[in-house]
Amino acid sequence: MTGYRILDPDGNLLDGARPRLGPEGAVEGLRWMLLSRAFDARATAMHRQGRFGTYSPVRGQEASVVGSSMALDPTVDWIAPSYRELPALVRHGMPLERVFAGYLGRGKAARIPDEVRLLPNQVALATQLQHAVGLAWGLALQRKPGVVMAYCGEGASSEGDFHEACNLAGVKRAPVVFVLINNQWAISTPRSVQSAGELYRRAEGYGFPGVQVDGNDLLAVYEVATEAVERARAGEGPTLIECLTHRQSFHNTTDNPRLYLPEGWLEQAEREDPIRRLEAYLAAQGVWDDGVRAAVEAEIAEQIEGALETALAMPAARPEDLFDDVYADPPERLRRQREELLGRAGD
Amino acid sequence: MAPLTMIEAIRDALVHEMERDERVMVLGLDVGRLGGVFRATHGLLERFGPERVVDMPLAEGAIIGSSLGLALSGLVPVPEIQFLGFTHQAFHQIGPQLARYRFRSRGRYHCQVTIRAPFGGGVRTPEFHPDAIEAQFVQTPGIKVVCPATPADARGLLLSAIRDPDPVLFIEPQRLYRRGREEVPEGDATVPFGRLRIARPGSDLTLIAWSAAVELCLRAAERLEEDGISAAVLDLRTLVPLDVAGLVAEVARTGRAVVVHEAPLSAGFGAEIAATLQEECFYSLDAPVARVAAWDSPYPTGPLEAWYLPTLERVVEAARRTAAR
Repeated sequence: MTGYRILDPDGNLLDGARPRLGPEGAVEGLRWMLLSRAFDARATAMHRQGRFGTYSPVRGQEASVVGSSMALDPTVDWIAPSYRELPALVRHGMPLERVFAGYLGRGKAARIPDEVRLLPNQVALATQLQHAVGLAWGLALQRKPGVVMAYCGEGASSEGDFHEACNLAGVKRAPVVFVLINNQWAISTPRSVQSAGELYRRAEGYGFPGVQVDGNDLLAVYEVATEAVERARAGEGPTLIECLTHRQSFHNTTDNPRLYLPEGWLEQAEREDPIRRLEAYLAAQGVWDDGVRAAVEAEIAEQIEGALETALAMPAARPEDLFDDVYADPPERLRRQREELLGRAGD
Repeated sequence: MAPLTMIEAIRDALVHEMERDERVMVLGLDVGRLGGVFRATHGLLERFGPERVVDMPLAEGAIIGSSLGLALSGLVPVPEIQFLGFTHQAFHQIGPQLARYRFRSRGRYHCQVTIRAPFGGGVRTPEFHPDAIEAQFVQTPGIKVVCPATPADARGLLLSAIRDPDPVLFIEPQRLYRRGREEVPEGDATVPFGRLRIARPGSDLTLIAWSAAVELCLRAAERLEEDGISAAVLDLRTLVPLDVAGLVAEVARTGRAVVVHEAPLSAGFGAEIAATLQEECFYSLDAPVARVAAWDSPYPTGPLEAWYLPTLERVVEAARRTAAR
């Protein structure tokens, strides 16, 4: 089972395949994937040094995340993320330094800018799908343009909210695209435990199309996502996209996959690595080689270090951050608690 | 305006807000053609159309979760959960999501959503329909908890709720929906949050309640008057925000207080009231703060309800004991 694909695992175009994403777009996609992988490495290293919050690497899933989000127009479309979609958020306009600021505990500095159509990361799995459906439905009711792309994993697809959100999306023909990134693992729980059926086929029961795609193939994910976004934009309703991919790293920086990954699983996942595959394809197209890669990687390193430096210079979290965004008009009792803490904090 | 029942006052508030602000919409189970199981939304579908009065799939989590998203899109949803006890199937979308979305997004987003839900006992409803679980929502900061006890307050507080930029849980006592009529101020007459109402003045002790228990306390106060005890009755109106200053001022005046609620005793909101009073006005108290509540057992069905809920006799007894100490 591989799902729809355009490239084979070695980066060869399948017979008769005509990618919608041209070489220039594919190079842009590759750049986002490399940025993501470099961020993963930096974040993990900093976590090991005790300087970074708990982080969930994207490693292995880059083509799924980047390929899907490249179908969106950040000036009208929205993203409802889970917590493992970093390059999609940055491509959509979330400044990298603010992403850093969040993990560095910089408080308000990590706020999503007002012009960026992005919902906050969501840790309560699948709850964001309900918000995405409401947002998409609301945009349509107000005749506002915009499609909402909502991310979740195969583990989250077992939640009741997954069912409720898909069901409502179908009934309302909401302009929403569900991107289910099936990376085979929910921490230590394998795909086989989540569901006895094929996940993408659930869409049929909700009255909209479901597609299974090779999530390690940027070109295929982009094509499938673009078609889904076009359908949503045309008022034809939701799509469920299941991206088959691999979590090549740990669940998050507190996890130890050696305790549960079967022998050889990781090696197999790495053989199907989405970056390697795309690089081989682009090299054959004559637009990628070691020299270009080195230049792009140097640029990315500079971008990451620059963003980190900016984030480290941002104001630290303050005790009043505990109170300031609870209510527009806080109850008297909460105001008193704020004064109490601030009085003590000044001691 | 002719005198209104509480259900009519609620309907009038919804119509008023939907006329005033085209962003306001109503969604829930059976709110459209049927007009709600209590008819709170009767006539709204015909008046405002199916885009603003929406019959939803039977999923409380989707009613609240999609309301959050609708609010993010710029609309002002007023979801109805058919009974407060059914919010358990949406609790994960209320406490951890709707209530804290402003906080989680560091102020980037807010959720102007008012959840309406009937609750309370004494009308022999099936299981889960009467459960008084309001205190659970006081423990999820970010949402306001509003509980009117009269038609006029129901209308005025509902206007305030719908206009509040933050989420509000608006719980309605089903026992009082059609119990009586009263004059209800018209137009934009809002009732502000965080200011308790003195439902009855009194000088010997203070009965404290919200929602349907206010009506019970008023009856108890009449009975106590026959014994020569002058009991004041306070209607808290809103649990969040809580009118701490008003509560303390009133109880300090009489020095004696009894809290009455339909929720189980342990960790009910009465415990919060008792703790607040001993923190804020311990030296003005002449007697321990008493509590009259439902027992710490699940809400029963059928005739057991009569033994479960606080009764007139239990309130009067507790008041007499408190007055005599």
